Amino acid sequence: MKKVESIFEIIGPIMVGPSSSHTAGAVRIGKIAREILGTKPVKAIILFHGSFAETFRGHGSDKAVVGGILGFSTDDLRIRKALEVAEREGLKIEFKTVDLGEEYHPNTIKIILEDASGLKIQVIGSSIGGGNIIITEINGFETDLSGDYYALIAIHDDKPGMVAKITTILAKHRINIAKMRVSRIKRGALAFSSIEVDHEISKEVVGEIEKIKEVRLVRALKPI
Amino acid sequence: MVDFETLSDLVKLARERDCKIGEIVWEYEAEVEGISKEEVWNKMVKHWNVMKDSIEDGLKESFELPCKITERFAGKFLNAKRVFLDDFMSKVVARALAVSEYNSAMGLVCAAPTAGASGVLPATLCSAAEKLNAKEKDIVLALFTASGIGLVIANKASIAGSEAGCQAEVGAAAAMAAGALVELANSTPEQVDHAVAIALKSIMGLICDPVAGLVISPCIKRNAFGAVLAFLAAEMALAGVKSLIPADEVIEAMGEVGRLMHPDLKETSRGGIATTPTGEKIREKIFKGDF
Repeated sequence: MKKVESIFEIIGPIMVGPSSSHTAGAVRIGKIAREILGTKPVKAIILFHGSFAETFRGHGSDKAVVGGILGFSTDDLRIRKALEVAEREGLKIEFKTVDLGEEYHPNTIKIILEDASGLKIQVIGSSIGGGNIIITEINGFETDLSGDYYALIAIHDDKPGMVAKITTILAKHRINIAKMRVSRIKRGALAFSSIEVDHEISKEVVGEIEKIKEVRLVRALKPI
Repeated sequence: MVDFETLSDLVKLARERDCKIGEIVWEYEAEVEGISKEEVWNKMVKHWNVMKDSIEDGLKESFELPCKITERFAGKFLNAKRVFLDDFMSKVVARALAVSEYNSAMGLVCAAPTAGASGVLPATLCSAAEKLNAKEKDIVLALFTASGIGLVIANKASIAGSEAGCQAEVGAAAAMAAGALVELANSTPEQVDHAVAIALKSIMGLICDPVAGLVISPCIKRNAFGAVLAFLAAEMALAGVKSLIPADEVIEAMGEVGRLMHPDLKETSRGGIATTPTGEKIREKIFKGDF
């Protein structure tokens, strides 16, 4: 199994400079956080770890991650003015540095996003080089999303049959599963499923999964 | 199914099919992504167009480097009176500087393999294409060659300065460019292997030590050196100069050197020229917001 499969992760991404790991990767982590929140954020706390903590200003990682949170892509020139755009859109931002520990990749960001209704999500992502990223934690649950594929994520009760309920709905809509991972913090409380799939997941499918009463949060993610 | 893990896999496949390494990589990408070869081709053309534009935009006078910590040099170098280099190599250098300066200023570039090293491939391929009267399709094919080499480096070593220093960024870019250049000049697949090995071993050990964490110094000038190094390695390989150590082993060694490299020398700005008295002074000024 290759770490990197597509040659366009080598020649590419097409991006706003200056650093694929510190700018493009940061945009992508911010964008995934925004998609996981699923609504318009009003508050963002952004914590930089490792090399990011040392150099985030110089590489424009601050503008980049905020650009991502605003929904910009890596090649969107508005990233240069992301902090001003955020202010205009009423997004309050707080930057901090943090030491998450040695087990984390040197280029790691933790993002806490909150929307106007008080919904809060927390994402930890690492920029592993060349604009490639890996999301290692969502709301405290371990995961390994790359942001390269369509994916469904769900937080649900840690009960037997949950995975089957979700995958039955995916199967009904003929959505093929490429990779799947379930994790939990402690037995019998909440669990987290991340399912990378081959096709886009429609609002209809998300709606059906939301109706499962043990499901607390569900989001369909697009490649970013 | 076309698949490869190593440079020697690529050389072998190109030999078996009597084609260029670039063609193997092109087919691989279509298969791995499950899209048509035409789609893959068009995607690469789009990336090449961004590279070309970044050269042009990078030579415009309309931007400044962030924090104005230094002036821009691409234009100045392009128009200076030549002392040692010929016009061809001077243009290569100016173009690599231009793209790299544009990248530093948050311009639109194509990472190859990273943004910090994004000046090497546009500068080398654009200049080589002019020299050889190559058509766009030849350049695009050479980009496939380059990306195949880069894919092996990424999987067997690293393309991240934070993991393995500048040897994994400008070094990887120079190796990718060297291989692409020899294939653009109609080499054998084995010559690609030698060009990659010669380029990568000549830059092995290079640390990542950006002053104040900015992708400016030494990054911009190192792109120019990476571009020149690529031409030197390509010229040697085309002349029949061989590398004693095969490219795959050089790549593995580069990864190992990266693992041995102290974290202070891997993009953290805690060593190298970043912590020289002048480097420290610039860092302090930036953090105080003096620029």
